[in-house]
Amino acid sequence: MKLTVNGEERAVSADTLAALLEELDYEGGWLATARNGEVVHRDARGRCRLAEGDRVEILSPMQGG
Amino acid sequence: MLTLYGKDYSSRLLLGTAQYPSPTIMAEAVAAAGPAMVTVSLRRETAGGKTGGEFWSLINGLGVDVLPNTAGCHTAKEAVTTAQMAREIFATNRIKLEVIGNPDTLQPDVFGLVEAAEILAADGFEVFPYTTEDLVVAERLLDAGCRVLMPWCAPIGSARGPLSIDALRSLRGYFPDTPLIVDAGIGRPSHAAIVMELGFDAVLLNTAVAKAGDPVKMAAAFADAVRAGHSAFEAGMLEPRDMAVPSTPVFGKAVFS
Repeated sequence: MKLTVNGEERAVSADTLAALLEELDYEGGWLATARNGEVVHRDARGRCRLAEGDRVEILSPMQGG
Repeated sequence: MLTLYGKDYSSRLLLGTAQYPSPTIMAEAVAAAGPAMVTVSLRRETAGGKTGGEFWSLINGLGVDVLPNTAGCHTAKEAVTTAQMAREIFATNRIKLEVIGNPDTLQPDVFGLVEAAEILAADGFEVFPYTTEDLVVAERLLDAGCRVLMPWCAPIGSARGPLSIDALRSLRGYFPDTPLIVDAGIGRPSHAAIVMELGFDAVLLNTAVAKAGDPVKMAAAFADAVRAGHSAFEAGMLEPRDMAVPSTPVFGKAVFS
């Protein structure tokens, strides 16, 4: 299935957000996720089912002013 | 003592964490400034979590409260989503709310700002809105549930210092009981001292320290300036006079001719 992850097109086999993080080798309790502009909290990623064309954002802490 | 959303802080300086020559220098600058809070942001993670993880460890090691921002957001919706994601990562209800209205001046979109502030305050956030000196916008932000206001004094990163002293003075006079933090535009310690002398409660800055020749030394200089300006405000300053006035008493001066 094709998704847009952090602005890049990716072809993945994962069908949930939790599986996607694993498939793309994301790790760490400091990640935040959103699907199609809506926040998906950490404990909801396992039941967040992905669909063709979904836009996923995976963010982490960075320097800021 | 500075009180922000019910929490007391001994420092009146808030420091950004971006643009330092290295993470080590950033940490040393924070130690030298002893800030009430450090600002942080959220960005796309490209290294599987490792980039964010390193920064996360560094920030946690500072032992300072974090104030996540919504920098770069151009709509209320984007800012609200970013704030919700920041709350999950940083485990705090504090959010420095930025809704940018113009890419050149980085001035706030005050309409989007008020809209986002209403949503976030209703959702339990402690909103620190980056705004202009406009009194009506300030009123709307307070109506929306903000308990702190953060007016700019010049465009972000411009280092120009307070451009509109009268507007800042009237904002201070109009909202005597609301914590007011000057955010953005400070270039040098004297700028920070000026706004603190006007009675502002704190100063938030980043570039002026991070891009200094010696960021650690500059962090300490800003901490001194903020303390000096605040003490001067509390002490009550002499008003400017039109004419010279001798400081040494004239009475009792010897007459030799």
